[in-house]
Amino acid sequence: MNTTRTIQAYRRENGAYGCRNHVLILPVDDLSNAAVEAVARVVQGTLPLPHPYGRLQFGPDLDLHFRTLIGTGSNPNVSAVVVIGIEPNWTKRVAEGIAATGKPVVSFSIEGHGDFATIERASRAAKELVHRATAQRREEVALSELLISTKCGESDTTSGLGSNPTIGRFAERFVAAGGTFFFGETSELTGGEHIVADRIVDSEQRAKFQRIFDDYQRCIIEQEADLLGSQPTEGNIAGGLSTIEEKALGNIQKIGNAKVDGVLEMAEAPDGRGLYFMDTSSAAAESITLFAAGGAALHLFTTGQGNIIGNPVVPVLKLTANPRTAETMSEHIDLDISRVITDDMTLDEAADATEELVAETASGRWTASEVLGHKEFVLTRLHRTA
Amino acid sequence: MRHQFLIHDAADMVGVAVQDLIPGPATGRVQQTGETVDLEVHEDVPLGHKVALRDVASGDEVIEYGIAIGAATRDVRAGQHVHVHNLKGQRWA
Repeated sequence: MNTTRTIQAYRRENGAYGCRNHVLILPVDDLSNAAVEAVARVVQGTLPLPHPYGRLQFGPDLDLHFRTLIGTGSNPNVSAVVVIGIEPNWTKRVAEGIAATGKPVVSFSIEGHGDFATIERASRAAKELVHRATAQRREEVALSELLISTKCGESDTTSGLGSNPTIGRFAERFVAAGGTFFFGETSELTGGEHIVADRIVDSEQRAKFQRIFDDYQRCIIEQEADLLGSQPTEGNIAGGLSTIEEKALGNIQKIGNAKVDGVLEMAEAPDGRGLYFMDTSSAAAESITLFAAGGAALHLFTTGQGNIIGNPVVPVLKLTANPRTAETMSEHIDLDISRVITDDMTLDEAADATEELVAETASGRWTASEVLGHKEFVLTRLHRTA
Repeated sequence: MRHQFLIHDAADMVGVAVQDLIPGPATGRVQQTGETVDLEVHEDVPLGHKVALRDVASGDEVIEYGIAIGAATRDVRAGQHVHVHNLKGQRWA
């Protein structure tokens, strides 16, 4: 990577850099979605994040719910947050978790007030936060200050041949320049997990990875189900991928030859720089939501058959090496690198083009998924509700 | 001539079509070395799908990326389409 490359980004109170400047209206629970969406209709420049969960969850599933909401509010692309929940205790817990980053957070609970009064109070607060956010300015900073995540979706064999190795080359350079990079997709390492394990520098982190991987395998094997059609997906199979092992070996091309510096639980923020594995689902919306909650400010998404995913908080840049997808789904594709497989485009050239687009996007240019309004925010659940 | 299929690793038993293949002669390129491979294709192999580079007996492991991606569920001849109809993963099985 051109180590002197800079971007224009927003500096947050905790020193993190963001490439968007959202004022979030964040519900703690499903019951608060109506008030959240009402505030977002009244106050322009706000981003509502309705979701279906947050009631009667318990144990690790509840911990993950809180970690994901707090992490989402803490994301460096977020300027300020209005938290709304049905009752005060869990509402306060989410608000205080986000406020630890130093960014402005206001919270409201609905019980004892009703929707009308809550919407009015929250709207007045949100209006002030929009004035504040729109007065904030980007500043010049090294690209390597940004936290970037990656995942592939509706992959096919062109992913393993072209687009994933391109991300791998970008990741090698970005991490060497001091950047922080997330990858995940626990189930989708099956058949190549030994390759990832060998890359993990620290033995404790390697043991943590193995525990996370084995837990997921147990979960799948206990179902005694044939996953063909789910993993690989029907889209994967249409694109020529035949087995989970083949899909995994293509998937892990996204980290190139880089060493892995750490292993994170779902939605966990890293405590240093470098390349991190995060335990995530392999479903696109779930995993990007978890990466964003861990602090990713920009996402690099490779697709073969044409996954159209976006995220409300994080710009999702989409690359394909499938020449047919680049043509038939062009409105979704930010970068066509199909010449890597059909012609003589080198991985270095493709990684250069990726870096250029990452820098433009980080500095404000919208991605295809942003222009098209893709805002898939999906919370991961671990088990049944109480 | 430009390649019509790619091979990840010189040890691989399958190549990946980078355009729709039809029966007849086709040229492949090994990604790592740039070496050229000639193959007689016997079936239609759509873009992105795999073609056998050599005969594989039922039950034998199929190698791609230099690593096993599963095992053949029936005999496969060089030039035939390799996919879920004749290849099955060995994990979660």
